[in-house]
Amino acid sequence: MNILAQAKQALPVKDPDFSKVLNGFGSEVDNFGAPVDTSKRTILYVEGITVSFDGFRALNNLNLYVDEGELRCIIGPNGAGKTTMMDVITGKTKPDAGTVYFGQQINLLELSEHQIARGGIGRKFQKPTIFEALTVYENLELATASNKAVWWTLTKALNGAQKFRIDEVLIQIGLKELRHKNAGALSHGQKQWLEIGMLLMQSPRVLLVDEPVAGMTGEETEKTAELLLSLAGKHSVIVVEHDMKFVRSIARKVTVLHQGSVLTEGTMDQVQNDPKVIEVYLGE
Amino acid sequence: MLIKRLLLNDRGGAIVLALIAAAMVIIPILNLAVPTSSAFHVSTFTVTLLGKFLCYALLALSIDLIWGYCGILSLGQGAFFTLGGYAMGMYLMRQIGARGQYGNPELPDFMVFLNWDHLPWYWLGFDSFAFAMLMVIVVPGLLAFVFGWLAFRSRVTGVYFSIITQALTYALMLAFFRNEMGFGGNNGLTDFKDILGQPIAADTTRIALFLCSGFVLITAYIACRYIVTSRFGRIVVSIRDAESRTRFCGYKVESYKLWIFVFSSMLAGIAGALYVPQVGIINPGEFSPLNSIEQVVWVATGGRGTLFGAIVGAFTVNYGKTLFTSFSPETWLFALGALFVIVTLVLPKGLVGLFNRPKKSESAHESLIEETLEAESTAEKTRDESTADIKSAEAK
Repeated sequence: MNILAQAKQALPVKDPDFSKVLNGFGSEVDNFGAPVDTSKRTILYVEGITVSFDGFRALNNLNLYVDEGELRCIIGPNGAGKTTMMDVITGKTKPDAGTVYFGQQINLLELSEHQIARGGIGRKFQKPTIFEALTVYENLELATASNKAVWWTLTKALNGAQKFRIDEVLIQIGLKELRHKNAGALSHGQKQWLEIGMLLMQSPRVLLVDEPVAGMTGEETEKTAELLLSLAGKHSVIVVEHDMKFVRSIARKVTVLHQGSVLTEGTMDQVQNDPKVIEVYLGE
Repeated sequence: MLIKRLLLNDRGGAIVLALIAAAMVIIPILNLAVPTSSAFHVSTFTVTLLGKFLCYALLALSIDLIWGYCGILSLGQGAFFTLGGYAMGMYLMRQIGARGQYGNPELPDFMVFLNWDHLPWYWLGFDSFAFAMLMVIVVPGLLAFVFGWLAFRSRVTGVYFSIITQALTYALMLAFFRNEMGFGGNNGLTDFKDILGQPIAADTTRIALFLCSGFVLITAYIACRYIVTSRFGRIVVSIRDAESRTRFCGYKVESYKLWIFVFSSMLAGIAGALYVPQVGIINPGEFSPLNSIEQVVWVATGGRGTLFGAIVGAFTVNYGKTLFTSFSPETWLFALGALFVIVTLVLPKGLVGLFNRPKKSESAHESLIEETLEAESTAEKTRDESTADIKSAEAK
């Protein structure tokens, strides 16, 4: 008889949080425990989400469905709730009402940020946030999908396949020559690409990209559009952006948010000719 | 091999460790073998003083590990140091036996004085050196674990964390001042006689303690280097610079902070345990929040985020303190304050920042890059060759 296994069973773990802390030291391979079920083609179900901050409704009964491999653009005036929506999906903000499902079965509202990130939803922030004290290579190394438990990172280096993947991503984001440069010394556009590269290292199913071309030059914007288009299909990509020209260049389906809920959805032409959208953007 | 690799890009650290190792060879000779009359003789007082500095350096190292690399500014590191010291003090008290003022073979003097008739349960086991040494790391580690778990889970960071660590050490100070706690109250634990059967004030014991402190400091330094150069070390730096980004990369930030905080508290505990037999006393004054702040000043002075800077800082500030307090004690605090202001304004990278000329470090960095690039190009060649092999095999 395995005495250790018996003892483990006999030992009741009362506080689930505490047992998680203990697991964090071991070789916990975090996943959702089940594969993401996308048999109905939809990968992300956001339903009836409401978030209030001190009485202000940032999101108001928001419904959004994203298909697998889709490239979706989300536009909307300031304060429409675009960033809050990303916060809810990635676990940073817990909504007052509503549900968020990843595939058919995984309830994202029950999970914490790091679990959601490990499970396949990557996020790029509005302001490029990379680790400036580390090199480009180290930034990607850090983001690599691997065992992220404490003990593992202390004793094990990355394996060959993971290093190979870093090289691939370096080429994809066009920073191969700068791999040993300090990330803090990169230009604004390069930082944005590096952050997208970090998302790719997590091998995510869904990429949430918040204002990828803000502050970029025309040439950089074009390169970013190419990069995002090349990602769609393999990943579901959700892009939040203000730059209409950019959205037009990449968009297939556009969702317009206004005052915390969806105003309309459709192709760029449909959306731009919608009287409701014109009213919101131009005023009455 | 491992040690060589760890010190490869750490010239400052290699120099500091070499100096410590050299002192560990020369000073015992100058103390024990050179006659007292000789000008080269090093007095036992100096040996003890240097041993004390080594303990401070270890404590500073533990602070730099969490502050310099993880951005956790603990203003209560002295609490872990003192707890380690108390664990050692309790062992030393039990070694006194019947040689105390009251000649009671069972109880330490202060308990006889308080009319206690038996040893409290938490003193049991401290007759054993091994048990006491275990407690030196377990007690600070456990406190750091519980405290850190609560604080990091609630995402207490920055200045709020610093303030509650101050409160922690202050609370411990007040508790240990009480006689009822059974740790000697105001007077603390003192009047030690033996350690491991050796008279504690003997020259050879002092030298042994000095060597122990040096050895532990070097080992701890290498362990810290191992941590900061591993993947774990880079994650910890990322947590310092962009905590929420690290979380969205899939890391459980709390576990990382907790682990490094507990490790650092254990180092501080060991430093305290080595410190007590050399100074001969431990009392609640060591818990004083002022001490903890002073320790942070050592690290800031030496240069945070470099590890060896912490050692340099601990030595420099404490040597300055020894000088100052011997000829004008009242000005020391002013000097310390001035030092902190000057370092913050003029030397944000601390004393070691003076020696790290940017030009040199850059060229070192570049040569490293060239080396890696070369290594990679060879690796790529082999990869290409192997794919070519596979292709030719497939063609066949």
